[in-house]
Amino acid sequence: MYELRSVTKRYSRGKDTVDALAGVDLTIADGDRLVIQGPTGGGKSTLLQMLGALDKPTEGEVVLDGTDLAKLSEARLTRVRSENIGFVFQSFNLIPTLTAQENVETALVPLGVKVKERRERAAEALTSVGLGERLRHLPSELSGGQQQRVAIARALVKEPKVLLADEPTGNLDESMRDEIMDVLERMWKELGLTFIMVTHDSAIAKKAPRLATIRKGRITVKENAAS
Amino acid sequence: MFFTYLRRELRRRRKAALVVASGLALGIALVIVVSSVSSGMGKAQDKVLQSLYGLGTDMTVTKAAPAQADSSDRPRFRFDAQDNGSGAEQSSDRVMVQGFQTLSAATVTKVDRQTGVSDAVGGLSLQVIKVSGEFTRGQFQQNQNGGNQQGGPGANGGGSGQPQGEVRGGGANFDVNSYSVFGTDVTKAALGPLTSSKITSGRTFKSTETDAKVAVVDSAYAKEKKLKVGSTVTVKSVKFKVIGVATADSGDAAANVYVPLTQAQTLSDSKNKVTTIYVKATDSQKIDSVKSTIQKNISGTTVTTSADLADTVSGSLSTASSLATNVGKWLSIAVLVAAFLVAGLLTSSAVSRRVREFGTLKALGWKSGRVTRQVVGEAMVNGLLGGALGIALGLAGAYVVTAISPTLQAQLGGGGGANSGPGGGGFGGPGRQAAAKTLEVALTAPVSVTTVSIAVGLAVAGGLIAGAFGGWRASRLRPADALRRVE
Repeated sequence: MYELRSVTKRYSRGKDTVDALAGVDLTIADGDRLVIQGPTGGGKSTLLQMLGALDKPTEGEVVLDGTDLAKLSEARLTRVRSENIGFVFQSFNLIPTLTAQENVETALVPLGVKVKERRERAAEALTSVGLGERLRHLPSELSGGQQQRVAIARALVKEPKVLLADEPTGNLDESMRDEIMDVLERMWKELGLTFIMVTHDSAIAKKAPRLATIRKGRITVKENAAS
Repeated sequence: MFFTYLRRELRRRRKAALVVASGLALGIALVIVVSSVSSGMGKAQDKVLQSLYGLGTDMTVTKAAPAQADSSDRPRFRFDAQDNGSGAEQSSDRVMVQGFQTLSAATVTKVDRQTGVSDAVGGLSLQVIKVSGEFTRGQFQQNQNGGNQQGGPGANGGGSGQPQGEVRGGGANFDVNSYSVFGTDVTKAALGPLTSSKITSGRTFKSTETDAKVAVVDSAYAKEKKLKVGSTVTVKSVKFKVIGVATADSGDAAANVYVPLTQAQTLSDSKNKVTTIYVKATDSQKIDSVKSTIQKNISGTTVTTSADLADTVSGSLSTASSLATNVGKWLSIAVLVAAFLVAGLLTSSAVSRRVREFGTLKALGWKSGRVTRQVVGEAMVNGLLGGALGIALGLAGAYVVTAISPTLQAQLGGGGGANSGPGGGGFGGPGRQAAAKTLEVALTAPVSVTTVSIAVGLAVAGGLIAGAFGGWRASRLRPADALRRVE
């Protein structure tokens, strides 16, 4: 469970200071599914960085399961990421020289999982996203949708509590978009994890049970009764 | 994962890897060639120096001759004229101690007792000048028309009855032969000038032949004088049997004739005297301290080490040697520094291009150290690759130098007075006090294990430097960089 209290992230460039997040309060319950929307430069990515333990706020608290991430050292944050948080990026961010299976394995490396188990779990994760036949393919040998499925397998192989997706369909055409959204929703339901997604796609946003909109660093959350 | 990732990355970036490795290879190859040529120069110098004092000698102890040689020391020859037509050849030889004042045999023992001295052996350098030929008396010949000749103005006219005439004919037809003789301590064959020669015919002295009338002659002198094993060499009426012919390694022998020390001392009337003490140190690293010990404890002597003598070597060998040590050294350093910088910058820029990749790994929970290790690992492999390539290139270069083996000239002790003091001779074997001698030495470029180890060390250093550049950059990347939208 996330609890954000008066989170402010301030960036300074010379004399100018910009509040990417200005006093954000937000609670996300375990197993929740939240979609974050907003104009470019509104603070979406900054919020995702706070939630993903990638950066610390200038002011306020980011509490994940009772621990204030703002107060943790870099090493502890790294550990939180490796154990609890799975990421899916817009550009897939696969390591181009590693095969699909090896890419998925990279998520298990910091957990000290033994090679044999690592391979088995990576193969399982890829099979669960429908890529059981493509274990040894390099990213360049896969379509965009397949690459994103490898990225989803990589995010979920370590069985995280939280899945953060940053525009996961942004680089995909429409048919692929639906395919990826289906996979993500299925995983969310199957694994019972907290799923937070940033998107520009209003079609996806409309279907979201909870929709947060960030504009100029300020957040408004809307419950969608329709979903 | 480390090795899989490493292998794949190197394969993907093989062009960049090749550039880095080639740069390092060039630097390392230069270091190998320069250091092996330098060591070749050293060997060439050693060879030149060995021709003077033999293998295994670390220094010599001598006593400089007085500034002005006493005229009484000069050889004098006296011959009585003989009747014309007698045909009798006369000869006379003078044996002189050469170049130095003599040291007593006790000094040899004293030097041997000094700390750091492993062995000391005395040797006596002699110069023999032999004058031989016919010296005939002129014949008095009476004038045919003597009386008329006597009638000139101022003549007393009282010359009748006395023989009139003049001495005609007579004179000298002689040959001067000068050669060097070295009295060697036959009980210590491992030290002294004879060690720089190989016995090519016959045998060398036995340790029992301390006072035997036997001689080993230098091959060049033997050829000139048509001597061979079994021939006889006569020095000051003493007949020495030739037991061996020695060929100097450098083509320039220390003496023409070698005889047992006691014999040489008898020949020159210098009983229990030596001119040069050849010293071997217990530790070749401590030559300088042994030198000062000897100089302190045995006053009035000159101790010359091979380093002192090397200073007197000039000619193309010396020029090439200083070229290799100065220009070569700086060139290698410059190329190495450039190669290290290029390797570092290329690695660093490769990291910049992989910001998102490393950011992603950090977002996945990879510690900074693990990411840095990956970068350093890649750089290290590049470095080692460069090292291997450089060693191959360097060995090839050294091989080419050895194959061509350019000839270098060494002038020994040119203007040597400055270094060796009055009486000249420096390190001096016999025949050497005249200083300037030119020797030709072929240059080789031997590659030692040390050189190769240095090259491997440089390769590792190159890899580490490049890795440090890249690793530092990688360690500073933020995991949030994974969210960057542009590659």
